[in-house]
Amino acid sequence: MIQAIVFLPLLAALVAGLGQRAIGPFAAKLITTGALFTSAALSWPIFLSFVMGGGEAEVVTVLHWVSSGALQFNWELRVDALTAVMLVVITTVSALVHLYSWGYMEEDPDQPRFFAYLSLFTFAMLMLVTANNLVQMFFGWEGVGLASYLLIGFWYKKPSANAAAIKAFVVNRVGDLGFMLGIFGTFLVFGTVSIPEILAAAPGMAGSTISFMGMRLDTMTILCLLLFIGAMGKSAQLGLHTWLPDAMEGPTPVSALIHAATMVTAGVFMVCRLSPMFETSDVAQGVVMFVGAVTCFFAATVATTQWDIKRVIAYSTCSQLGYMFFAAGAGAYGAAMFHLFTHAFFKALLFLGAGSVIHAMHHEQDMRYYGALRKEIPITYWAMMLGTLAITGVGIYGVFGFAGFYSKDGILEAAFASGGGGVIAFWVGIFVAFLTSFYSWRLVFLTFHGKPRWAASEHIQHAVHDGHHDHPSDEHAGHDTHHDHAADAHEGTAGYHPHESPITMLIPLILLSVGAVFAGFAFKYPFIYPEEGLAFWSGSMLAFDEHLMHAAHEVPLWVKWTPFTVMAIGLFLAWNSYIRNTTLPARFVAQFGLLHQFLFNKWYFDELYNIVFVKPAFAIGRFFWKRGDEQTIDRFGPDGMAALVQGGSRLAVRLQSGYVYGYAFVMLLGLVGLASWAMVKFL
Amino acid sequence: MSGFPILSLMLAIPAAAAIACLFAGDRLARLIALGATVVAFVLGCVMWAQFDIGGPQWQFTERADLFGRFSWALGIDGMALMLIMLSVFLMPLCILASWDAIKSRVGLYMAMFLVMETIMIGVFCAQDLLLFYIFFEAGLIPMYFIIGIWGGANRKYAAYKFFLYTLLGSVLMLIAMIAMIAEAGTTDIPTLLNYDFPVEMQTWLWLAFFASLAVKMPMWPVHTWLPDAHVQAPTAGSMILAGVLLKLGAYGFIRFMMPMFPDASAQLMWIVFGLSMVAVVYTSLVALVQSDMKKLIAYSSVAHMAIVTAGLFAFNQQGMEGALIIMLSHGVVSAALFFCVGVIYDRLHTREIDRYGGLAVNMPAYAIFFMLFTMASIGLPGTSGFVGEFLSLAGIYEASSWVAFVCTTGIILGAAYMLYLYRRVVFGELTKDDVKAMPDLNPREWAVLAPLAAVALWMGVYPESFLAPMRGDVTTVVARLAPAKPAGDAHLAAGKPQPAKAQGETAHGSSHAGGVQ
Repeated sequence: MIQAIVFLPLLAALVAGLGQRAIGPFAAKLITTGALFTSAALSWPIFLSFVMGGGEAEVVTVLHWVSSGALQFNWELRVDALTAVMLVVITTVSALVHLYSWGYMEEDPDQPRFFAYLSLFTFAMLMLVTANNLVQMFFGWEGVGLASYLLIGFWYKKPSANAAAIKAFVVNRVGDLGFMLGIFGTFLVFGTVSIPEILAAAPGMAGSTISFMGMRLDTMTILCLLLFIGAMGKSAQLGLHTWLPDAMEGPTPVSALIHAATMVTAGVFMVCRLSPMFETSDVAQGVVMFVGAVTCFFAATVATTQWDIKRVIAYSTCSQLGYMFFAAGAGAYGAAMFHLFTHAFFKALLFLGAGSVIHAMHHEQDMRYYGALRKEIPITYWAMMLGTLAITGVGIYGVFGFAGFYSKDGILEAAFASGGGGVIAFWVGIFVAFLTSFYSWRLVFLTFHGKPRWAASEHIQHAVHDGHHDHPSDEHAGHDTHHDHAADAHEGTAGYHPHESPITMLIPLILLSVGAVFAGFAFKYPFIYPEEGLAFWSGSMLAFDEHLMHAAHEVPLWVKWTPFTVMAIGLFLAWNSYIRNTTLPARFVAQFGLLHQFLFNKWYFDELYNIVFVKPAFAIGRFFWKRGDEQTIDRFGPDGMAALVQGGSRLAVRLQSGYVYGYAFVMLLGLVGLASWAMVKFL
Repeated sequence: MSGFPILSLMLAIPAAAAIACLFAGDRLARLIALGATVVAFVLGCVMWAQFDIGGPQWQFTERADLFGRFSWALGIDGMALMLIMLSVFLMPLCILASWDAIKSRVGLYMAMFLVMETIMIGVFCAQDLLLFYIFFEAGLIPMYFIIGIWGGANRKYAAYKFFLYTLLGSVLMLIAMIAMIAEAGTTDIPTLLNYDFPVEMQTWLWLAFFASLAVKMPMWPVHTWLPDAHVQAPTAGSMILAGVLLKLGAYGFIRFMMPMFPDASAQLMWIVFGLSMVAVVYTSLVALVQSDMKKLIAYSSVAHMAIVTAGLFAFNQQGMEGALIIMLSHGVVSAALFFCVGVIYDRLHTREIDRYGGLAVNMPAYAIFFMLFTMASIGLPGTSGFVGEFLSLAGIYEASSWVAFVCTTGIILGAAYMLYLYRRVVFGELTKDDVKAMPDLNPREWAVLAPLAAVALWMGVYPESFLAPMRGDVTTVVARLAPAKPAGDAHLAAGKPQPAKAQGETAHGSSHAGGVQ
């Protein structure tokens, strides 16, 4: 069954991608979407059997891959509780995104290619989470990177999309450098790349040391840190995060699937999968927690200033991933996975909701040109509302809460309970919860409330001018049929009437809303409750710490209520600034211009990297080429030799201007002569 | 294994066909060449099928003593088998690649390729040192002709550079070989492989061989002939140059230098590591700024070959097997990339990257193939490039984490320059009129690209087919090197795990990270 789950998407991708001309776009869409729904339908029973306590971990070997000395690994599919969680997340979100794309991509001429890429991505992601050895995990890791590259650059005519695609791939490769070195080191130390064997042997290596690049370091610390660099790249943690906001150049369904729900959580998954390794090194855990907390904070601050609706959600994703990492760093892997699980639903919902808004607003993404959309696109509005309630963690302790309420509070409580650095992380987390609430409500208020501000948008003007804003691209031919819409333009709307999205887009929104509301409430026991959690995670090799989870549930009451309080403050502040008194943000910017600039420009990471890495790479490359190869090696090497010979002898001059055969012939004669001489002389 | 002289037959068929081509008309010459190379390929397949994995080291041996100590001695082991397979696989594709592109002196051109094939097979199956040397050096002569006659505008300079570089190295190697024969008293390669040369002598012999092989490889800083040769060579010339000729250097390393001079190899491995590390970073950065497609791929070849040399000198199974797989993979993938360049060169007659753009619109099939080979070149798992790179880097790590770190940066830079190339050629808006008029792949081009793609994927998903025949030979070389292998210098070995202290509540690693011992 697991083979079907994993390989159906691959099959569909190949059929849709390579056979698109033979079968046509409709069939291509049907095959890929059908394959994904089948995979999803097969995945849920596996997950539920683990939740009910009936699941058994198993490994299915598909094909031998490589054996070279002691380094041996196969293509294998591993199913256990941890994998099962990822299976349902990936296949469900992917299936819904496939369906959503029927509507969203309707006007695109390249739909088969798009659906093929989506399915290919899903396959690679499934290979990643079912990996039983580090190399197959790396295969999935790079495979999703490829799919991400292809999908970010899907609109390959846009220079910005191409640049973003390359950036995503190359920045991820920086992380992969760490991942690869981590695999090599792990192989050197453990003599295997099989994950179960490594995890079984890991505790025995605690306290040993190894040399790495001239330094003698604690073995497990350096291995974990190298692997974690890989996780940082894929999960867009601070330093290697710069690709994620740019990845929003891709179509919005892609952002929902890859850059929110699944691929970017691969790093969290990896840390959880290898949790027994991380458990052996306090330093590594500390670094994971620190990086998570800093990213969480950084991304949330940037999200409060962005105008592009997708970028706000992208930074929000980055920030939420930070939460997951600091949960993992605190040793609460169950909580990290729980947040990964709930986040997949509500973040995919938010992205798809944003896509629906963008669709309605004629590809306008700037929230400054939104406003008052709640009456025009009510279903989207309510879906986004539920997503926002979920991400901000609304809930009454002991009664009911939205998905994020359980998972985020689980993380914060676990961090608090773990003590030490965890308490600092807890306070960072609390502050970020406030920021999360602020930027999420800011997004909702700017988009759906207030007065319409559409008139200033070029996209909207374009649509109004074209008349039929349902089919803008068909109508570019310059027909003069439309009436003068400007005449009956209302102030702010420019006479534009946004339409609710088609049913194919609304169904995923509704289904994901269900997830955003109930995923936390329904599944909190197996993920984070001490006894149920232990039963659920047993057999998955996850280092589930029931004592910590127990302690997390016993934290003082104020710890449990603080997240709710800061959420309320954030909501109030957003309401106050964007509904009640809309001049407030501008006044704030005027007052704290420097701070705003710093945040608005994303802490100047892109500029810094450009100066430190990108420009020098090209400059050094040019230097090596011109100064190194041409002016040094060639000048003193072959060219110099030629000049020398040329100056010395007329014969040489004639030879050099002669035909190439000359050289070849002379050389051959010389060789034959030399060889015969040698044979006569020596043999 | 019957006594049937299959290797001699494989040498004779292209040689005979070459003579026939000289006297045939254009059309007939093409057909003869294609027929002969296909027959050679089929014979190669038969040989592969008959090859007894785990059997004797040298198989299909033939021997006929000629004058003096010189004998016609042939025979192959698994490594040679795989490299012969690479040659006979690429050759028909090269003929197809030049089907329409070459219009002048077709007979001579085809003859040159067939001679080249004979020589390539000969190099890999020669069991006599002097026979090997003759094949080894003679292989360059048809290449001179191919560049010099059918090359681009600046072909004389390129051919001349090629000549000068290789000549210097080969003279030194010949002298070294003569010294070896004088010392060991035999030209028989299997015997020489187990002959223990005096340690001081090894050093000199090693350096002399190194001079020649480093040029062939090519290693930094004697690599500058390669970009020029590639740029000037016709498409099929580049394919065979990158596909097979570049493998001669590495073959020389693993066949001769390492097993024959194990002590010197261990002593001087730092030279190889040093030059390889420089090459990976240096040539990758240079590749990033190229505006000529062929030059870019040529520089990337130097970077890939640097990982081969480093992998070989890791002195372990993973490093060497990885290096061999890179050789095969690079042979297939770089030949494919050069052909991809050729496809659009044939249409627009320029290699300037900026002259293209937006090919994904009018050449979708081409875009898919080019993407596949780009990914294989940057070592995406599932393609041949990954298996080789991964294994060799894993092996290198065991030898030195520094070298592994520097060489692994190649995966970042490689992704940067290849994707940057791809973006400029295939993506973007299709604006230029002449580019718009370019048609997608024709059946002949499909016939060249499809087998290359199939092999690149096969090697990535199930490399066992290729690793299995070579495993025993690599083990032999590793065993031969084992006594000389540098004792794991400090930073290799994992320290003995101390008894875990404090089996406490949570794992309580006694971590003092960062502390230098």
